[in-house]
Amino acid sequence: MQKKPVVKRIEAVNDFVIKFANVNGSGSASANEMFARSLLRMGVPVSPRNIFPSNIQGLPTWYEVRVNERGYLGRRGGVDLMVAMNPQTWDTDVKEIEPGGYLLYDSSKPLPPSKFRDDINLIGVPLTEMCATRYTDARERQLLKNIVYVGVLSALLGIEPEIIATLLGEQYKGKVKLIEANLDAFMMGLQHGRSMFEEGVEDILGLKVQRCDAVGKRIFVEGNAAVALGCVYGGATVCAWYPITPSSSAAEAFQKYCSRYRVDKASGQNKYAIVQAEDEIASIGVVVGAGWNGARAFTCTSGPGVSLMTEFIGLAYFAEIPATIVNVQRGGPSTGMPTRTQQADLLSCAYASHGDTKHVLLFPEDPHECFEFGAAALDLADRLQTVIFLMTDLDIGMNHRLCAPLAWDDARRYDRGKVMTHDDLDSGREFGRYLDVDGDGIPYRTLPGVHPERGAYFTRGTTRDAYARYSETGPDYVYNVERLLKKFETAKEMVPQPIARRAAKPTRHGVIYFGSTSPAMAEAFDALQAQGLHVDLLRVRAFPFSAAVDRFIGEHDTVFVVEQNRDAQLRTMLITEQEINPARLVPVLHFDGTPITARFITEAIKQRMPGANVEPIKKGRVA
Amino acid sequence: MTYIAKPKLHHPTLPANALGLTRRDYEGKISTLCAGCGHDSISAALVQACWELDIEPHRVAKLSGIGCSSKTTDYFLGNSHGFNTVHGRMPSVLTGANLANRELLYLGVSGDGDSASIGLGQFAHAMRRGVNMTYIVENNGVYGLTKGQFSATADPGSKSKKGAVNTDTPIDLVSLALQLGASYVARSFSGDKEQLVPLIKGALSHRGAAFIDVISPCVAFNNHPGSTKSYEYVRAHNEAVNRLDFMPRRNPISAKYSPGEVIEVTQHDGSVLRLRKLAEGYDPGDRLAAMNHIMAHEARGEIITGLLYVNGAAEDLHAHLKTVAQPLNRLGEAELCPGSAALAALNAELA
Repeated sequence: MQKKPVVKRIEAVNDFVIKFANVNGSGSASANEMFARSLLRMGVPVSPRNIFPSNIQGLPTWYEVRVNERGYLGRRGGVDLMVAMNPQTWDTDVKEIEPGGYLLYDSSKPLPPSKFRDDINLIGVPLTEMCATRYTDARERQLLKNIVYVGVLSALLGIEPEIIATLLGEQYKGKVKLIEANLDAFMMGLQHGRSMFEEGVEDILGLKVQRCDAVGKRIFVEGNAAVALGCVYGGATVCAWYPITPSSSAAEAFQKYCSRYRVDKASGQNKYAIVQAEDEIASIGVVVGAGWNGARAFTCTSGPGVSLMTEFIGLAYFAEIPATIVNVQRGGPSTGMPTRTQQADLLSCAYASHGDTKHVLLFPEDPHECFEFGAAALDLADRLQTVIFLMTDLDIGMNHRLCAPLAWDDARRYDRGKVMTHDDLDSGREFGRYLDVDGDGIPYRTLPGVHPERGAYFTRGTTRDAYARYSETGPDYVYNVERLLKKFETAKEMVPQPIARRAAKPTRHGVIYFGSTSPAMAEAFDALQAQGLHVDLLRVRAFPFSAAVDRFIGEHDTVFVVEQNRDAQLRTMLITEQEINPARLVPVLHFDGTPITARFITEAIKQRMPGANVEPIKKGRVA
Repeated sequence: MTYIAKPKLHHPTLPANALGLTRRDYEGKISTLCAGCGHDSISAALVQACWELDIEPHRVAKLSGIGCSSKTTDYFLGNSHGFNTVHGRMPSVLTGANLANRELLYLGVSGDGDSASIGLGQFAHAMRRGVNMTYIVENNGVYGLTKGQFSATADPGSKSKKGAVNTDTPIDLVSLALQLGASYVARSFSGDKEQLVPLIKGALSHRGAAFIDVISPCVAFNNHPGSTKSYEYVRAHNEAVNRLDFMPRRNPISAKYSPGEVIEVTQHDGSVLRLRKLAEGYDPGDRLAAMNHIMAHEARGEIITGLLYVNGAAEDLHAHLKTVAQPLNRLGEAELCPGSAALAALNAELA
């Protein structure tokens, strides 16, 4: 067996990172998810992340689970326990383990010592051999191997077996044979794990799970499902979409929730319409048509889809038509990294389409806000008569995340914006489609069919005057585009406002961040504070930026802008839109396609913080 | 300038329809197209058809793409909402508008460049979805607004004003629409208002994707001898398969038809398409035969016109999607929002 590792082994209770390295299409996903859910049932917060290929079968896939009683839900960085089930990625997987960490591997076939490290702890389990002995069917051997390692982990980490049994019962409800087979595999793993435990001079795994009460009322849901629910609650009736990773599951979830909540009981007919369009251009076209005609409509897509939609986005901006676009961002440019995460579409969305354009962007931090902002986007689109981008990403969209329960106030009414009714027109109220009556830059609109004699107008992407009459004269053009700017100004205080978090001590250092960076930032904030480095935080939740953003920057000498893209896109927007001196905004950028980690942020800020690396001069010593 | 509204002179002798409206009430702004443009005749035919059908103008939504033909939506039905969308993408916008409010009539006006070149994909998918609409392509085989470039329906071998020769195979939108499942397919000629008006009326009364390809000569760029889209050529080579008499509701057949001369198709709204046969044995209910007939005659240089195919029992996109009868844009919180109790139950499921 293995020599004793040269490094002190990691010991931790309810605070570690476990990563499963698998081959996609091998059935590991459901076993891994069950593992994560079992910890939640023990009251221990977890945040799992799927790192998967753009492929159906045979390529490497990982499932990284952050276990943390304090509730840090971001990636920490580093791996304490690697469950290495994929020979293709063995070398990199082994390399990733923290010194003193653990490697759980399939020991059915002996591996040369060069394949291991001497500073980690090895836990060999003959998984293939165990399954080959127990099962005859090849597929069964393959699938159940995943449950066997969950059984081993249950014994070694201290997961209550009854919980796994319950979860299996829930997952395969009504399928008795499947439950029995999985339970059998789980028990085989559990017993094997227990026997290792008994054999060992000392407990072979220093990581433990202990029942606690840190999950509370939180729910465990994917951002894409929450966005879809937000659109259901927010009153979207038309959804047009084109399949694209990582957004497809949002449209599919909308379909699922509509079948559940939006079928008229009496007639069996649908109070929604979903079109899987021929491409993203048609998707946004349908949304624009529906929005023009007064239905709440949205599409969900990712970067390449937004690229295709840009001509229509310009039309909706200029002709002032409500439209909601959910952009579940992935790694760009081009096809980029279709199954990896980034926040790299800020500029392409904020200024999408030719000519002078600016669009509203919303940045949810988790599924809870995906729901809230999904509904809010539909209100804002109607109120502002423009395109609203809901900017999530793969990290939020496609991973289950623990978050506050979804909330809805039954007294809430949809904000349909400025729509003139038949009676308004009848009463002789003046209608000028692009006339700024209220001084907020937002004109009134009418819906087709509203009145036999009044209110009809011609919508076009060409220039027109305040009464929607075709015009290419300079003053008419300038009136409209300046009014659009005024409208954008109005939007500033309407969109979700930024949220600040103050450091324990007064500081001249600030951090601006947004979206999926949030949970890693929360952990980095504590880590920096523990090292005596104090930073105030501001989580930006929308573009255009409100006055609160200016105030925050004004209060700090240096503001770190943490983003998941190469070009510091939010920083660029802060510089150009708020006219901030670039020297005061220090970029902290993470863009390799994996979700940003708390360690990365902590280190990056530490290195860039003036004075943070300087040893304090001791009293009485001459420099 | 489309700025200029047509003056509304109320001539006392102008006939009124059942709504008390005259044809002038169906007109729009003054056309800015070239004198003699076929498109203006189509606009006039649309005015005539809507007036004759007693359609309330505000119950029509006019949508178009970009190009000369797409501009025409401003030149008729001035009391209807109109939408000049982006080039080649009118079908998707019309689809969305239609989904939002199924109670209005949707009129899509497009050109051969807009529908056969840049917008072929959207044209195809709107047809196969069965969007309830009247889709008119004003087909002149040329790009007018950008001054005479070829479109995808241009004749092979034809020469542009700048001297370029078209070598590409032309697209026949009628054959495509038939293949894609449009349930009302017709072709006509802008110079034959008597044929065109009933065809538009039939299309407006049809539930489903109704497509009319109207050959509409471009006097500025494609009316030269040899062009199959010229007035002269279409007049000489126009072979109508039938003549449509549109009946708003079922009437007994009048004596002037002899037996076997007429085919009748009843549509969802009760209107009857009474087709006087002109081509021997032509059955507008037989899609395959229609395609054969069109292709065989086109090979001889003949342009087949008339109501080429109709399925009076067709279903539209709303039927496919099983949407409620009430327009989606009129549903409010009570119909759409599942409420906090349902959300609490869902939260419990997700915990």
